[in-house]
Amino acid sequence: MRIDIRDIHKHYGSTRANNGITLTVKPGTIHGILGENGAGKSTLMKILSGYIRKTSGKILVNGSVCDYHTPAQAAKLGIGMLYQEPLDFPPLTVLDNFMAGQTRGIKNQKDFFRKKFESLVDHFNFTLNADGAVEKLTIGERQQLEILRLLALGTEGLILDEPTTGISREQKESLFQALKKLASEGKSVLLVSHKLQDAETLCDTVTVLREGVVTGSVDQPYDAGAILEMMFGVLPGTPSRSAVEYGETVLSMKQVYGSGGRTGLSNCTTSIRQGEMVGLAGLGGSGQEVFLRLAGGIKKPSMGSIELLGEEVQGKNLHAFKKDGVVFLPASRLEEGLMPGLNITEHFALQDQGDGLFVKWHEASGTAQAKIKKFRVMGTPESAVESLSGGNQQRLLLSLLSKDSKLLLLEQPTRGLDVESANWVWWHLHKYCLRKTSVVFSSSDLDEILMVADRVIVFFDGRIVKDVKKDETDIDELTRAIVGKAQ
Amino acid sequence: MNISDNTKHTAFLRYSRELILTLVVVFSFTTLILLLAGAPPLAAYYQIFKGSLGSWMKLGQVISVWIPLTLCSCGLLYTFRINLWNIGIEGQVMMGAIFTTFVLRFGMDGHMPGMYLCAAFVAGIAGGAIWALFAGYLKTKGGIHEIFAGLGLNFVAQAIILWLIFGPWKRPGIASMSGTELLPRELWLPYVSYMRLSVVGLVLAVIAIAVTALMLRYTKIGLYLKAIGSNLNAAHMFDLNPRTYMLIAMIFAGGFAGLAGGIQVTGVYHRLIPAISSNYGYLALLVVMLSNYNVWISPAVAFFFACLNVGSIQLPMMLQLDSSLSGVIQGALVLAALVMHAWRMRAKTLKEPFYNE
Repeated sequence: MRIDIRDIHKHYGSTRANNGITLTVKPGTIHGILGENGAGKSTLMKILSGYIRKTSGKILVNGSVCDYHTPAQAAKLGIGMLYQEPLDFPPLTVLDNFMAGQTRGIKNQKDFFRKKFESLVDHFNFTLNADGAVEKLTIGERQQLEILRLLALGTEGLILDEPTTGISREQKESLFQALKKLASEGKSVLLVSHKLQDAETLCDTVTVLREGVVTGSVDQPYDAGAILEMMFGVLPGTPSRSAVEYGETVLSMKQVYGSGGRTGLSNCTTSIRQGEMVGLAGLGGSGQEVFLRLAGGIKKPSMGSIELLGEEVQGKNLHAFKKDGVVFLPASRLEEGLMPGLNITEHFALQDQGDGLFVKWHEASGTAQAKIKKFRVMGTPESAVESLSGGNQQRLLLSLLSKDSKLLLLEQPTRGLDVESANWVWWHLHKYCLRKTSVVFSSSDLDEILMVADRVIVFFDGRIVKDVKKDETDIDELTRAIVGKAQ
Repeated sequence: MNISDNTKHTAFLRYSRELILTLVVVFSFTTLILLLAGAPPLAAYYQIFKGSLGSWMKLGQVISVWIPLTLCSCGLLYTFRINLWNIGIEGQVMMGAIFTTFVLRFGMDGHMPGMYLCAAFVAGIAGGAIWALFAGYLKTKGGIHEIFAGLGLNFVAQAIILWLIFGPWKRPGIASMSGTELLPRELWLPYVSYMRLSVVGLVLAVIAIAVTALMLRYTKIGLYLKAIGSNLNAAHMFDLNPRTYMLIAMIFAGGFAGLAGGIQVTGVYHRLIPAISSNYGYLALLVVMLSNYNVWISPAVAFFFACLNVGSIQLPMMLQLDSSLSGVIQGALVLAALVMHAWRMRAKTLKEPFYNE
């Protein structure tokens, strides 16, 4: 399928999310769309997939002008989009999800679709089980399912929005293989990303967006420096690291078991010291999530002992954890971290839990104003948090943390952020470490972990399989540990 | 500041526009039904109008309905704020009435009526709050949805009233559906004679509106209710315990409902009757939804509903129409308002906030 995008504009009030974008996707190619957060990538893709309407411009599919404005109409033309967060029905089985939208009439066609599903799974070497429950799948597996469903619906032009965010290295490999196969079969693939590396390994052509316009379009082989310059204008610096003296033990776990996630957590023994920056590696859902929630007091262990600052936490509630300066920041910011519907000022007002019956609105609005400036949040005190971009939501969350926090537990803190925002987050967290705060974070990006952490803990199947200082390991050793081949 | 004033202004305009559209749709619908029933629509509307605002006496009746409706609406604003569907408010009104009657029965000889009335109101508030706490505990500790817990408790409360009227509190010699023994005049709330309206009740309802507005807008409790209601899963970030605040919201809702029950006993019926709550709790749910959960709009909607209720009483006499026409109008209004709300939500998602990359 050939897709021509001609002079697309999308204006929101005075803001121009897309300001005259023109590009061509050739059949049988993988076309990368690069750009930092807010460059207009997602907007363009949502227009292309019929999810939002363009202000002006033309879209040509296979040479003829197509005017469509719903995802269903786009699907009829053969354009399908894989969203950043998979849109599926978690309570159903994999097969039921696959069939959703495909079946007609009242006849039960399960056998037919089972065959179709299994042949597709084989074709792409995926690892999906038709009878598994979708809620038990990792993000990567849900992605695979969604891709198969789109293909079965007759998608010829597949759009993927940040598909490598939050999935494991193995799943990424398998995804890339599948995409290459699709392209070789004559389908067009549009890959939206802010990860240069993904584009380099996968894309035949890359188009870079910045502030709503195309800043350049290049073919293989790439000059990484040139692309970065198109993305940012100037090259971003890497965060600085300097030696930190570790203090006493902040958190210690002894033979801790906990439930939740795909695997739960089994027999976990480890300790974290003041000022340490610890990265948790592992396939999505291998126990890191449970570890962070147990340490943060969000969940209770089923067995074992957890000590905070030398004190057993058994029987303490969340409030006690908070008083000890333990903070957990979840990966899904809008679902578990912020209050959609409340504005930034209200979030700061919530923080004031001192005495007094009345909210000090004036004070809260002052704090909000100051923090917005200091943390460079793109918004006003009256902005509702759901209107902020992912990067700005993360900045807001960080700005809500107390300076005196003793232990920060962060789940994928840079998920969905562009390089610059991510660097800013690390720089900020590093300042915490200098103040003797311990920072524990999970990440699906090993390079990132090796870049910022002092120590790496690898989880596999709910257990800690490796716990090493960063200087004493390398990426190959960690990669093997992640897939359960430690030693 | 300027910007937020502006958005407030447009929000108000949009709301008014939607309200007018809703009213037009609902009255066309009701008119259609009246025509199908072979009744003259204009005459029916005129009767409702005359029956509710046609005389001081009628207006007094309307306000007497408005008082419990407003009190219940105020209570529901707290529970809706934290996303609880306190359908048990009906039973909380009944419990308030029971507790009030319980205290007043000690003062039947008419001595120190002021003290007994005050104690009775406090008891009524406590009764409603306790009944609400039952539903709250079933929700927070037992994991039972508040709608089922509330509905169940409504039936229990109704059964208790019937048992009291036909059992322990029956009138000397006879037990009848007309209720318990009439209270002595000293224990009636003072009222304006030509309107049959108890001023104390009116004052209490107005105070309830002011207190609720203040609580929701300016106090920490109000903010916490809103926060937890908007995202239960993020409460941990701000060290808020959702259970605690759910129970607090239930106490407020039950307290206001209990007060409404107390006023029904002391100010309107002067005894405990089986239908003491008169479905005002259920009706208040509709009032609050129709007013878009707004503390200033709900009294107005409550007044309109009260007019419909009182005005439709004389429909059977004048036009041989059933008085349930008011129910048809109220139900259609709420459905239309919910449709309007759903449309607004849809328009919002179609517009897509631009930052959402």
